[in-house]
Formats: sequence, structure tokens, C-alpha cells
Amino acid sequence: MANVADTAPVPGETRTTTSAARLREALSATEIDVRLFGMLVALAVILIGFQLLDSGFFSPANMVTLAVQAIPVAILATGMVLVIVSRNIDLSVGSLTGIIAMTYAMLMTDWLPNVLGMGVDFPFRWLIALLIGIVVGAAFGALQGFIIAYIGVPSFVVTLGGLLSIRGAIWYFSNGAAVTRLDPTFQLLGGGGRGSIGELLTWAIGALGCAFVVFALWNGRRQRRRFGFPVRPVWAEVAIGALGCAAMLGLAAFANGNYLPPGLATQYAQEHGIVEPPGGLKVPAGFPLPVILLIAVTVVMTWIATRRRFGRYVYAYGGNPDAAELAGINTRRTILLTFVVMGILAALSAAVVAARLNGATLDIGNSYELYVIAAAVVGGTSFAGGIGTIPGAVLGAFVMQALSYGLSFIGVNSPGQNVVAGIVLILAVAFDTWNRRRAAR
Amino acid sequence: MTAARQAEPASQPLVEMRDIRVSFGGVHAVAGVNIDLHEGEIVGLVGGNGAGKSTLMKVLSGALVPDSGEVFVCGERAHLANPREAKAYGIETIYQTLALADNLDAPANVFLGRELTIGVGSLDDSAMENATRGVMGRLNPNFQNFKTPVVSLSGGQRQSVAIARAVQFNAKILIMDEPTAALGPAETAQVRNLIRQLKEEGLGIFLISHDIHDVYDLSDRISVMYHGRIVDTVRKDDVDTDAVLGMIILGKRPGDVTQEELAALR
Repeated sequence: MANVADTAPVPGETRTTTSAARLREALSATEIDVRLFGMLVALAVILIGFQLLDSGFFSPANMVTLAVQAIPVAILATGMVLVIVSRNIDLSVGSLTGIIAMTYAMLMTDWLPNVLGMGVDFPFRWLIALLIGIVVGAAFGALQGFIIAYIGVPSFVVTLGGLLSIRGAIWYFSNGAAVTRLDPTFQLLGGGGRGSIGELLTWAIGALGCAFVVFALWNGRRQRRRFGFPVRPVWAEVAIGALGCAAMLGLAAFANGNYLPPGLATQYAQEHGIVEPPGGLKVPAGFPLPVILLIAVTVVMTWIATRRRFGRYVYAYGGNPDAAELAGINTRRTILLTFVVMGILAALSAAVVAARLNGATLDIGNSYELYVIAAAVVGGTSFAGGIGTIPGAVLGAFVMQALSYGLSFIGVNSPGQNVVAGIVLILAVAFDTWNRRRAAR
Repeated sequence: MTAARQAEPASQPLVEMRDIRVSFGGVHAVAGVNIDLHEGEIVGLVGGNGAGKSTLMKVLSGALVPDSGEVFVCGERAHLANPREAKAYGIETIYQTLALADNLDAPANVFLGRELTIGVGSLDDSAMENATRGVMGRLNPNFQNFKTPVVSLSGGQRQSVAIARAVQFNAKILIMDEPTAALGPAETAQVRNLIRQLKEEGLGIFLISHDIHDVYDLSDRISVMYHGRIVDTVRKDDVDTDAVLGMIILGKRPGDVTQEELAALR
């Protein structure tokens, strides 16, 4: 957040000329969010570390699997940021994800065909199910948010109750049974070979991302020029643009390094009239659909948090509830809406989980609330309120998932992974607290 | 309250509060207060701790709904159920506790609750920064930290942000609760000049302060509160600071104070 480019150097102040200081000056000229940059470095260190321990680790196939596994938690974490920033907590996200996943399963196997008469061939069944799931999520969120914001019951209590009762309610939906066989189109939301967008679209997304970075930089500069504000030095703009573009296209290239599994590749060859070479055809799979969904969620949530009144009010309330109230902000509505957003995100998260499983079990989303809160906190969200970013939380989810995926890859069992995850959580926050105190001085 | 009536100028008051009563669990914080304010006038509101000054002003700013009593703005009965409604009447408040969101920057604080938007309702941060730079250029030309969270600013800078918040929206009526309490001497002088400037522009200002010199320096009239009531409202030119101090401490009008009480004061 530090914008040192705006503060003119104090006359007579001795300029430091050590190389460390010069590096710091250059970094601040780029106005890069240092925290976010640090998270990226941490993620890179974790990935490189596991690669050194096992050279099979850093393959496109593994990284795509890692990403898809991180996505349900990452989607929820973007909403948890807003909830924690506005000084609340949502412990019910895991149960909510579970009940919506079960809703999808029941809709597609029972309620849509048998109650509403929408057979397997009914158009856009997957979308109808998804929309109903989103409405269910928003309704649960609104109910909990209403009790928290308007009745004044602490969010910890309300969502703890939600965690228990919603989890219990799932049992009644299916009489305790797991429900499988979803709509084939719906299943694509889970990723995998079929649920990936293919080579060409992946390059297109990469190019779009690159164009978006350039546009954002250009637009930001134009906005500041409009009023004659100081702008970043040109070299910094170019460097950020080039880095951003390289990252986008690099990710696309990496995703295209992941190939369809042999069965799907054979099918692809037959469909396109290609004679399969010996050893199988290598068809780039590209980005899985859930990755596209996460990118969309991250962009939209970041936009809501930073460019919309609602987001501004969430942060204002978190920074000083009295100030928000006195400024005439409808704080209750704002708080209620954070839980509605959380419910909608639970519906999206549940769609990915259910689609991957091709069904729903009773324990989908179990203890997600803990991973989601951990992701948000590792990503820099402060329980004191008012501080936290959406991209930070997404990165936090990836850091936590990379750790547990890497540990399982090198043969550490699940309890061992939890031990490490817990310690890393504490260390990350301790480092952050120390760093902020140092910066405040 | 006949004395208050005598001290009143002839024009229609900008604000008139009639028989305002507020009690907290049996304690009468404000017990039947009448007070008014005219265009281009500064009324100092003084009194000891717990005299009811802040509570009374909270009623006017919409932060507190009184148990009974009426508020008239420009002769019309005003409904002030919350701060938003008060702002709609052009009533702006600068709170003693500096109601700023510490984690946001100056433009975000200045425009909090009234953000400028562009296109499909997205925040227009550049326009808000520009307007903030404009108003800050008037209030505090040295202010340059438009992008840092206000938590890292000095007391004077934060006060500038708080005042800019009110001034930006063309307030007609300004309530200033201890505007110089957290400031150094130079900043205090600056804020005083600013208050005079706002008065010249035709604003009516209620100035709450413990600092009798602040009040005496700036006010046209001074209302003294004591235990939830107005002791008296006097023209500044008619009294000296000692008389005002006497009212604050003893809760009696100058004529009613005995020589012994005055002697005890000294």
C-alpha cells in the first residue's frame, strides 16, 4: 500500500546510498504491494523446495492438480476476507458448501427430473441447478447475516450454530446416503481432461490477461494524468507490464504442458481424424474450468472490494465501525451483504467440489472453515479488522495447498501435513505482525 | 431562558433547538435546552465535563435521538433520525474522537459515505483524490499524503482530513467538537483561521470546547451549559472570560453570583 512516490523528499534530508536502500527505493517506485510480492516469493520457495526434494514434483500435471485442489478453499477465502475485514467470522462455510453440494446432487438426480419434470435432455439443466444452488447459498447467508447484523448475535455464535445445524441438515436431504451421477455438463466444472478449455482458448486467456494488465496500467496512468497527479516512472510501468504479461503467458504455456489422459487423447484423435502416433497423441489440455472460475471470482471480488461502494464500506467499518456509522453508511446492510456474498461463493465452491466428485457425500466441506480462515490469515487478513486483500487470500490458499500437496508428494501423511500447516499458519502471522510493527516505527 | 432571547439577532435562525431532553438511565444529560444559531455566526458551547454539550450536539448531528424536543432548520421542523438525515439538512459534524477510518487514505475518508462514482457505479478514486487535493490546498497546503492510510498521519493532519470531510460537502451548519484539542500551537492557529474563514463564507458553527480562549477568540455568542441546562447565552462583547468561567464552574449567571463565591473562585 505504501506509496512513497507521492511524498516529495524532505529538503536537507540525507539521501541513503547503500545498495539495499536503492533497491528499496526502486521497489517503492513500482508501487508493488510488497506483501503480495512476498507471498509470491513464499509460494515459489515452497514449490522449488519440493522440486529439489523430488524432481518429479514441478510438472504441469501436478501443478494443475494442486491448483484444482486449492480452488474450493480459494474461492471461499475471497469472501472470508470481506467477512474478517468487517470484524466478523464465518464458521459455517464448510457446512454451507456441503449442503449446497448435496443440493446440486439431489437436484440433478431427483428433484429436477422427478419433481419439476426436467429430464436428462432438458436444456441448461446444469445452469438451472447452479442458479438454484446460488440462491440457496445467498438465502443461508442472508439469514445468518440478518441475525448477526440486525439482531446483534455475535457472528462466531451464529455461524457456529450454522456449522452444526447445516451439517446435520445435509443428512436429511439424502437420508444419509451419498448421491452420485450429476449432469455431464455440470461435471465439467470440476476440471479434469474434459473440463479443460484446450490449447487455443488457454493461449487466448493468457493473451487476454496480458492485455488486461497493459490496459489496467495504461488506464491507471491516464486517470492520474487526468488530474495531473504524480505518476510512476515509465521504466516501472514497462517493467510491471512486461512481468505481468510474462506471468500470464507463462501460466498459459505451463497449463498447455499438461496433456489429456490417454483415453481422452484417443477419443480426441478419432473425433479429429488424426492417426495416433505410437506412444499416444499429446493433446494439450490447457486451463481446467475451475481455474477459469477462480480467476473470474478473484477479479470480480477484487473489483467489489476496491472499486465498489460496498467494498469501501466493508473496509471502513473494519477500520472504525463508529466512523462508518457516523458517515451515514448503512453498516447493518453492509454486514448482511458480506454473508450473502459468502453464501454465493459457497455455492460456486460446492459446484467445483460436487462436479469433481460427480456427486455429493455427507462430509463435503468438512473443516473447510479452518482452511479458509487459514488461507485468508496467511494471505494478510487481520483479525483486528480493516486489513486484508482478495489476491492475498487466494495466494494464501495456494501456499497452504502447495505445502500439503508437496508434503503428501514426498510421503508425509495427513496428520504430518496438518502439523506443518498449523505451524506455518502461526509463523506466517507472527512474521506479518513483526513486519507491520517494524513498518509502523 | 429569557436572557437567551434577548441575546438573539433579528434574522431567522439557521438552527433552532427547542426544549431538547435526553436522559441515560435516569441521568438527565440534557434537561430542556433551547439554543439557536444564525448564518455566519459562531456559537461557543462551553461547560464542564458531563455538562451535556456533546450530547446536545449529537442530537443535532443525528447521532442521538432525543427523548423529547424539536429541531428547526431554517424555520422548518427537521427530522434527524440518523447522521445521513442530518447531512441532508447540511449539518456536518467534526467529532472529538476524529471519526476517521484509520485504514483508509485521506480521499476515502473525506468522501466516506458519499463516494464519487464513474461508469457503472465504480469508485472514482482519482476524482476524489483531486477534490481532496483541492480542499486540502485551501485548508492545509502542506498536506501531501493522499495515498497513505490516515493512521500514519500526525494529529494536525488528521484534523485537517476531518475538517475537509465537512467542508467538501458545502455544509451550512458545522458542529466542531474540540477542534483544536489534539493540535500543536501552529496547527491550532491554522484551524482557528480556518474556522473564521468558514464563518465568513456564511456557515453557522457550533463550537464545543474546553478551551475558554478558543471559544472567546472565535465566538459571537457563548452558551454555557451546567448539569444538562443552559445557564445563559451571552454576546461575547458583553462579558469577559472571568464571567464565562464563573458560569461554567458555578452554573450561575454573573448577576446571581455572590461575592463570596467569586472570592472562592480566585
